[in-house]
Amino acid sequence: MKVLVPVKRVVDYNVKVRVKADNSGVDIANVKMSMNPFCEIAVEEAVRLKEKGAATEIIAVSAGVAQCQETLRNAMAIGADRGILIETDVELQPLAVAKLLKAVVDREQPQLVILGKQAIDDDANQTGQMLAALLGWGQATFASKVEIEGNTAKVTCEVDGGLETISVKLPAIITTDLRLNEPRYATLPNIMKAKKKQLDTLKPADLGVDVTPRLTTLKVEEPPKRKGGVKVADVAALIDKLKNEAKVI
Amino acid sequence: MANLVIAEHDHGSLKAATLNVISAASVIGGEVHVLVAGHNAKAAAEAASQVAGVAKVLLADGDAHAHRLPENTAAQVVAAASAYSHILAPATPYGKAVAPRVAALLDKAQISDIIKVIDADTFMRPIYAGNAYATVKSSDSVKVLTVRGTAFAAAAKTGGSGVVENVSPIADSGVSTFVSAELVKSERPELAAAKIIVSGGRGLGSGEKYREVLTPLADKLGAAMGASRAAVDAGYVPNDYQVGQTGKIVAPDLYIAIGVSGAIQHLAGMKDSKVIVAINKDPDAPIFSVADYGLVADLFEAVPELASKL
Ligand SMILES: Cc1cc2nc3c(=O)[nH]c(=O)nc-3n(C[C@H](O)[C@H](O)[C@H](O)COP(=O)(O)OP(=O)(O)OC[C@H]3O[C@@H](n4cnc5c(N)ncnc54)[C@H](O)[C@@H]3O)c2cc1C
Repeated sequence: MKVLVPVKRVVDYNVKVRVKADNSGVDIANVKMSMNPFCEIAVEEAVRLKEKGAATEIIAVSAGVAQCQETLRNAMAIGADRGILIETDVELQPLAVAKLLKAVVDREQPQLVILGKQAIDDDANQTGQMLAALLGWGQATFASKVEIEGNTAKVTCEVDGGLETISVKLPAIITTDLRLNEPRYATLPNIMKAKKKQLDTLKPADLGVDVTPRLTTLKVEEPPKRKGGVKVADVAALIDKLKNEAKVI
Repeated sequence: MANLVIAEHDHGSLKAATLNVISAASVIGGEVHVLVAGHNAKAAAEAASQVAGVAKVLLADGDAHAHRLPENTAAQVVAAASAYSHILAPATPYGKAVAPRVAALLDKAQISDIIKVIDADTFMRPIYAGNAYATVKSSDSVKVLTVRGTAFAAAAKTGGSGVVENVSPIADSGVSTFVSAELVKSERPELAAAKIIVSGGRGLGSGEKYREVLTPLADKLGAAMGASRAAVDAGYVPNDYQVGQTGKIVAPDLYIAIGVSGAIQHLAGMKDSKVIVAINKDPDAPIFSVADYGLVADLFEAVPELASKL
């Protein structure tokens, strides 16, 4: 079984981004970039499926600027077998990414696509579901456990109120939640090996996909700041503040 | 044109989040219709028809909707979509599973987690864990939106006089089947709708301590209970308790963060609370930067004292 794992290059989760003074966006110049944490979990899950014998080949795909190569190398260091970069400088929105991925799926014919549930930059949480719709496949979103049983995937999903287990026919889409696994660190030998793995570069036009954005960002601004609070000396003072000042209890 | 709200429900009643989405649809303007895709869901449809501002309820009642599988819900929405300029769902796991699927089937963009309606094409939404707010304008003829519940007051449950119209339920997609659910039973208020939330982090140390220390306080306050990701990952409490960028977004009148450090991903889920209290033994914990009242103390002493003195 071939597994496709799309990976996104995003601002590292430890960075607190700043809004640009002209309100045109957030400042990502000279900011540390990393693989989206949910995508890392997706790569790890694919590697575990391969280690268990359920997957035979793992293909990592990334769409975006040339530097996404680093993200693909990182995925290959964790264990992906090869990478595909769909290179473009155009701002890619989830629908466009889903269309690009559909074109790659049509070429590569994987039985499973594992994606992160959301990217921590745009927080959209859309691409996996959109790809499933375009392919007419079943989707298991926010997965915290995946078992491949013959030609189905039994997936436990995080839902409001707890957990729900569904069985999805393959080929299918799975999106990862935080508790699916803890990604391994790429070891130095694996990082070296990853440099030699195959990485193909395509353009959106090669895939026949129109990636023109449908949404225009008019403005990006700072959220309202909370006014600084006070430290209280003890529990009695806290109760007094809550009762008499904030009047919330 | 009218707006279609995809109801989240349990067949017998509406989930609270649906009421916030109905409000958002009313702000956009135009008639508000609600789709209830369910099984034996007449009661949920009737409840929807009573909600203030609802003109019509589409009830798609059939086997395919017994477990609210997103493939089936999305197909049902698409079957009705041609009459609508806006299709809205709650930004909950259910809404997030369905809305992008609907959008892609219609070849439209989807706008997630809107917190403000600027006009019929333009919406504000948080990005980067709420560290920035983006105003985005759509050039699509149909807008598919998910709505952040805390940003829109719940519509009144009564006062509406919508008509319920039966629509034929779609056939099951056949690609996905429900196996089982493991839902947390709780007498407490729903996190997303609670007035007071007592939330615990890794500082509690274990699931036993989480319950032993926090339950008496939550009981005294009639509060819902929440947690940080670290507390959920460590197995103190189920996933459903997680507050944050990738968990639940809450904005109660009072949020009490206990043994929570205040990582940006946690703050993203609670910083719009009216009043925030933090109890943490580390005076430099980032949670104090958003807390109205901070108490630097050992939680194992301070929290029982707080519970007993209330
Ligand atoms: C992609 C991604 C998504 C994430 N999403 C979320 C999310 O949705 N929600 C979320 O919460 N986190 C999320 N996180 C995790 C987040 O970055 C933090 O790791 C997490 O919030 C930390 O949880 P904590 O505050 O309980 O633990 P810690 O950071 O370990 O803090 C524990 C705190 O307890 C205090 N403490 C310890 N003992 C005591 C005592 N006896 N008395 C008083 N105080 C004490 C300590 O001083 C410390 O401040 C996410 C991370 C990533 C990478």
